[in-house]
Amino acid sequence: MSARPAPVTRRRPAPALWLLALRLLALWLPALAAFAALLTWGKPLAPWAFDWPDLLTPPVDRWISDFVRWLLNKATFGLFTFREATRALAAVVDAPYQIVRGLLTEGFGAWPPLSWPPLSWLGVIALVALIGHRAGGGRLAALVAGCFGFIAVFGKWTSAMVTLASILIAVPIGIAGGLLLGLAAYRWRWLARAITPVLDLMQTIPVFAYLVPILILFGFGPVAAILATVIYAMPPMTRITLLALARVPGEVRDLGRMVGCTRAQLTWRVMVPSAREGLMVGVNQVIMLSLNMVIIASMIGAGGLGFDVLAALRRLDFGGGLEAGFAIVALAVALDRLSQAAARPRADARRRPYLWAALATLLLAGVLAWLVPAAQNYPRGWQLSTGTFWNEVVRWINVNYFGTLEAIKTTLLLNVLIPIKRFLLGLPWLGVAALLALAGWRLGGWRLALLTWTLTSLIAMVDLWAEAMTTLYLCGISVVIAMLIGLPIGVAAAERDGLWRVVRVVIDTLQTLPSFVYLMPAVMLFRVGDFTAMLAVVAYAVAPAIRYTALGLQGVDPALVEAGRAMGCTRWQILTRIKLRLALPEILLGLNQTIMFALSMLVITALVGTRDLGQEVYIALTNANAGRGLVAGLCVAFIAIIADRLIGAAARQARARLGLEGAA
Amino acid sequence: MSEPKLLCRNVWKLFGPRAAETLRALGTSATPDRLRAAGLVTAVRGVDLAVGEGEIFVIMGLSGSGKSTLVRCLSRLVEPTAGEIIFHRQNLLAATEVEMIALRRHKMGMVFQHFALLPHMTVLQNVCFPLEVQGMARAAREETARRMIALVGLEGREESFPRQLSGGQQQRVGIARSLAADPELWFLDEPFSALDPLIRREMQDEFIRLQSVLRKTIVFITHDFDEAIRLADRIAIMKDGAVVQAGTPEEIVLHPATDYVRAFTAAVPRAKVVRVATVMAPPEGPAPAARIAGRATVAEAAPLFAGDVQAVAVTDGAGRVTGHLHRQAVIDLMLAG
Ligand SMILES: Nc1ncnc2c1ncn2[C@@H]1O[C@H](COP(=O)(O)OP(=O)(O)O)[C@@H](O)[C@H]1O
Ligand SMILES: [Mg+2]
Repeated sequence: MSARPAPVTRRRPAPALWLLALRLLALWLPALAAFAALLTWGKPLAPWAFDWPDLLTPPVDRWISDFVRWLLNKATFGLFTFREATRALAAVVDAPYQIVRGLLTEGFGAWPPLSWPPLSWLGVIALVALIGHRAGGGRLAALVAGCFGFIAVFGKWTSAMVTLASILIAVPIGIAGGLLLGLAAYRWRWLARAITPVLDLMQTIPVFAYLVPILILFGFGPVAAILATVIYAMPPMTRITLLALARVPGEVRDLGRMVGCTRAQLTWRVMVPSAREGLMVGVNQVIMLSLNMVIIASMIGAGGLGFDVLAALRRLDFGGGLEAGFAIVALAVALDRLSQAAARPRADARRRPYLWAALATLLLAGVLAWLVPAAQNYPRGWQLSTGTFWNEVVRWINVNYFGTLEAIKTTLLLNVLIPIKRFLLGLPWLGVAALLALAGWRLGGWRLALLTWTLTSLIAMVDLWAEAMTTLYLCGISVVIAMLIGLPIGVAAAERDGLWRVVRVVIDTLQTLPSFVYLMPAVMLFRVGDFTAMLAVVAYAVAPAIRYTALGLQGVDPALVEAGRAMGCTRWQILTRIKLRLALPEILLGLNQTIMFALSMLVITALVGTRDLGQEVYIALTNANAGRGLVAGLCVAFIAIIADRLIGAAARQARARLGLEGAA
Repeated sequence: MSEPKLLCRNVWKLFGPRAAETLRALGTSATPDRLRAAGLVTAVRGVDLAVGEGEIFVIMGLSGSGKSTLVRCLSRLVEPTAGEIIFHRQNLLAATEVEMIALRRHKMGMVFQHFALLPHMTVLQNVCFPLEVQGMARAAREETARRMIALVGLEGREESFPRQLSGGQQQRVGIARSLAADPELWFLDEPFSALDPLIRREMQDEFIRLQSVLRKTIVFITHDFDEAIRLADRIAIMKDGAVVQAGTPEEIVLHPATDYVRAFTAAVPRAKVVRVATVMAPPEGPAPAARIAGRATVAEAAPLFAGDVQAVAVTDGAGRVTGHLHRQAVIDLMLAG
């Protein structure tokens, strides 16, 4: 052992910690004892504490389904019916979509003399390269052209253009809608108060849950898919708009009023441009979330790449699915980098030359495509396919390592997953609700206690307790593993700049991948089941664990680290006693994010046959049962909200204890 | 002083719910403690001010004393809770929003502590912005803006973006912008506080030069007493939302009203504040060769006594000799500290 710190500094915190532990024990020991008693002897005495009596289960799902049916068949606003309103909305979305789709894939007109071909693949690539050049220079142009070229080479052009068409419609609607809602909420405080809980719910409720009502209201097809995408991608834009506007310095607002701006001038000439950098983060979010929806949206008729992935998964054609997945990733990378580059202010770039260049490119590409067919449609002969290669790889791994993989999977299943699942499934809802309420009371007072109690009992009341516990078990194990992987990586990366740069590129990239992509390799190697689901969830949820740990540690005041070093702490002591302790609030936020990521991925893993709430939602989707889907979806949202509020309160408490309140 | 350009009578600003009712209910017994008990923050407390035409009126006070809130009340960016604000015999608190917009567009200009430049606009566009909001044609507004940019010495930087400029240059843009609409009332809220001391000094000189050309009616906010002394025709000192003393720098330094004010004035050399006219003797005997204006400070007169000069003639605004300043008077004052 190297130098020890002075005894004074060592002994100081000990009694406080010791006392704290005692106080915690005094509270939790009786609570846990009561819980254990209920668990052991409660079942015969109070069966209703374990399984809510079916007779008392309110048929919420039926009410919701009836309500949706009523909306569809009877509801009217006087001048027009609800159904007419949805049709009008659908038509408004459909018109621009048809134009963009015609431009990108199908062309216009059905008969040769009157038809007009779509943009050729060369033309599109040249165009996106131009946009890339204007937004971020030569390197970005090359990257974007490379991504689109990749799509062409691997024969995914037509599908990718169908997907791009719906993205090109969904993204502007999501941005404009989110921005307008955010502006309105900024102007009218009551609106902000009213929409905040709705936004919270929208971000935690799984997408599948509202696919059903949309499907019923708008029918199967691209319009329904676009609307679902907008609903999914819009809330962060609203939230970020509110934040960005609040962050505009008060002086800038004062300036606008001082020069005599009208309200409209103040909003559009002063506030929105000043908040631009923050707003562009929202734009990027909308794009990434829209891409994340590509596969899910294809379940209700989006077509394109998402459909390819889904179809391949159903055929168990991993290679094909992976290839379509790569194409989505290529699209995501290109659009992500483009929107990020557009967010950076650039003084020099002028618009006009680019406009002319774009027109010239289009003309040239059009003429070329007219002369040479290969310039219109990417020729089949030039296409590559790695599908068979991947299938071979999987076959090879399975032939050679089947035993090993199977052994790993079985061992973990038998010794860890199944026992935990059994244990959780045996827990009485009453006891769990009480413990959560107690935790809520300790961390955030009686309001939080009431919230956790109510949400937990609601889950039990709608008779989804077993499914919820299955969700909890998968989510819990995955989060623990993700944290076990993420924390050490985060700690290591925080101390080494070079490593951090590499890690950051990796996790940034991981976060641009649509969540389905994580599912495919796991399914390839381990087929369907809980274990596969867990692997996919861990892979998806590890990024925030790493990011927040590293950022939290890097954010620790260097003066405190210096002080620790001056007192003679070893590196290990500095890490555990100073840095980790001060970074605790940030790490808790990371835990929170990890849970949210895990829950959103978990719902998707219903495709590989888990038996949790996600499966419940998924079944509802295939049966077009709006009520069942929404109820199960709300239960997932409740779990997310309970976790979010408890951890948020814990982080606040930790921050207050560390005296960081002002800094937060 | 003739009729004041801007007059403010018993102005209050309280932040919090139901501020006006509470203030009315408490009436004259409204102390900060009672208001705090009612859940209100007192930012401005019964302020009376009169700013004359062409005058530099400095409001000095420590951070949180309510200066920014008061100056924003004057243009109704912040709605005063009670009181009267009279500009050109018009009561601003009775003006409609449309009238206020017109007043702010054409009669008022403001400079901000952190510059408040719009990051997405060039220097030229920033300076043009007030005129653009008014709907002025492009050619006309750019011509005016270029003139303003030249006035603050930033020719050649028209196409730069704010982030490419130093702090001092950014504030020059802020000044040019606030002058673009040729306002009568010029508000400056701690315009130089965010700048380095050397640059601050330079900007103060620049400000004095500008005012000698422009002759605006100015309300200038600062937390720096030296800056106040250097620039002010008159100073109001604020503490906890109220004005504790108002007067010329000379009056304040020579006769501080409270201990709070004395704490600021103690370190100020008298010679830097006291005007020549205050300590001159009647014009007796032969007229001295050197001359100095009566409103110059004694410190400014001191170099004239280099060598063996015993007296200097003091002149008024019209150049008439009104008295003689003797060497002994200058020495006495400087030794007094
Ligand atoms: N919008 C507001 N809401 C509540 N309190 C405010 C607000 N603006 C200012 N205050 C309070 O009013 C007091 C005076 O603030 P301010 O005028 O900014 O002081 P100064 O400019 O002299 O530093 C401070 O106590 C401040 O906290
Ligand atoms: Mg201020």
